[in-house]
Amino acid sequence: MNETVRVNPIACDAHGLCAELFPEWISLDDWGYPIVRPGPVPRELKEHARRAVDACPVLALRLVQAAKQSRARVSE
Amino acid sequence: MSSSTELAPPTAAAAELPRLLAGALADRPLSLEEHFDRYGADRQTAGRSRSGELIELVAAAGLTGRGGAGFATARKLRAVADAHARPVVVGNGVEGEPVSDKDKALLRHTPHLVLDGVALAAGAVGARTAIVAFAAGATHEIAVMRAALAERERHDIDRIQIRVARVPDGFVAGEETAIIHSLNGGPATPTLTPPRPFERGVGGAPTLVQNVETLAHLALISRFGPRWFRSIGTAAEPGSALVTVGGAVARPGVYEVPLGLPVADLLAWAVGPPESLTALLVGGYFGTWVAAEQALRLRLIDADLASAGASLGARAIFALPRSACGLVESAHVIRYLADESAGQCGPCVHGLDAIAGAFERLARGGRDAAGAPAQLKRWLGQVKGRGACRHPDGAARLVESALRVFGAEVELHARGRCQGTRRAPLPLGRAR
Repeated sequence: MNETVRVNPIACDAHGLCAELFPEWISLDDWGYPIVRPGPVPRELKEHARRAVDACPVLALRLVQAAKQSRARVSE
Repeated sequence: MSSSTELAPPTAAAAELPRLLAGALADRPLSLEEHFDRYGADRQTAGRSRSGELIELVAAAGLTGRGGAGFATARKLRAVADAHARPVVVGNGVEGEPVSDKDKALLRHTPHLVLDGVALAAGAVGARTAIVAFAAGATHEIAVMRAALAERERHDIDRIQIRVARVPDGFVAGEETAIIHSLNGGPATPTLTPPRPFERGVGGAPTLVQNVETLAHLALISRFGPRWFRSIGTAAEPGSALVTVGGAVARPGVYEVPLGLPVADLLAWAVGPPESLTALLVGGYFGTWVAAEQALRLRLIDADLASAGASLGARAIFALPRSACGLVESAHVIRYLADESAGQCGPCVHGLDAIAGAFERLARGGRDAAGAPAQLKRWLGQVKGRGACRHPDGAARLVESALRVFGAEVELHARGRCQGTRRAPLPLGRAR
């Protein structure tokens, strides 16, 4: 199952825990907000991804199925 | 009244412009009777079932959204028509773009054409209610629309309920999720997608959000058909479009043009640039600066504009005179866009503020200006694609095009010099 990491940029408050827990995939911009690599998270990194998702104090991080994102395209 | 009006298209004018603004009067909107005299009463206006017939016509016409994104209208109609709950239609007349006046002009001159489109779209997707949304500051247009709705009620024209709604003023308020957010009782700020409005919009119902100009075209396609619609424009980008022209032209205003019209013709139409131009801002504040000599070789279609990194976008064109400095003028617009951030997403709030600051240093010139391009490059890369909506992306596009087109000026500024002698201020909208 292909899953990508998705940030809700409205909810995100730049706590930065995600980048600490999942540095292979998440870095921080100059203001402390997460920059997430696009594309599916490899199986061997799933555990790190889940830990980052669980640690976010404002629940701004999610693992979503890659196919789900493409549904948004109909009205752009 | 409608029963006595002829349904035949005005053949003499069929291949000519204006279409949307045909018969527009300078001082007042067309009345319902004048509107039906001009365009013919479309007996199907309120009556078309969800047979899909109109959607097929719109698909054959190749109509695309006139609000900015240019999405295929028929696909949007279908997505909402196929939804499992009863949908709602929203006509988007919010037009938060300060350099654009085309939607307001259309609403002022021919409210019934827009309302025909609203009613037709509602019929096509099976909606019973529709809303025409305006910016709160558009008080004149709101009054015109209310009067038009009252006229239609007296003559029992529509079988659906259409109401007017006001959305707070602001650049991002016209973004479709921001309108829905406001109509649902929240602030006029964009929301995270998905869900898109066609999935969950007004009151949770699947919602068709269409720009008011798109709906007016739809009303004409319903009357005169896809072949008529395609008789102007190009095969890939058919029909006409409203364009707002401003800046260093003698007659600024809203023009209806065939898509594919040479930019040079449009400027001649606006009664020629009175002085030579440095550049055109194409597509509004989410648009792209294009050097004048390059722009004058292009036609007004996305296929051409793409070669200059531009698109029709908000269909607003601002001409920058040679006497003005593109960096100084851009700095004001970029600061405006930073201030107009909905304030929700960190990269937009902090990133656009940082970018606006660096651009201001660049515009001021001197020692601070020298380091600005490198800072801008770094921060532009950090804001793109990182908001809930496309606000940071639009602002980044403008900044990148300014750096590209005013490159010579960037070098001058780094040495403390500037070629500009006069301001040519771009409109920055009303304060919220």
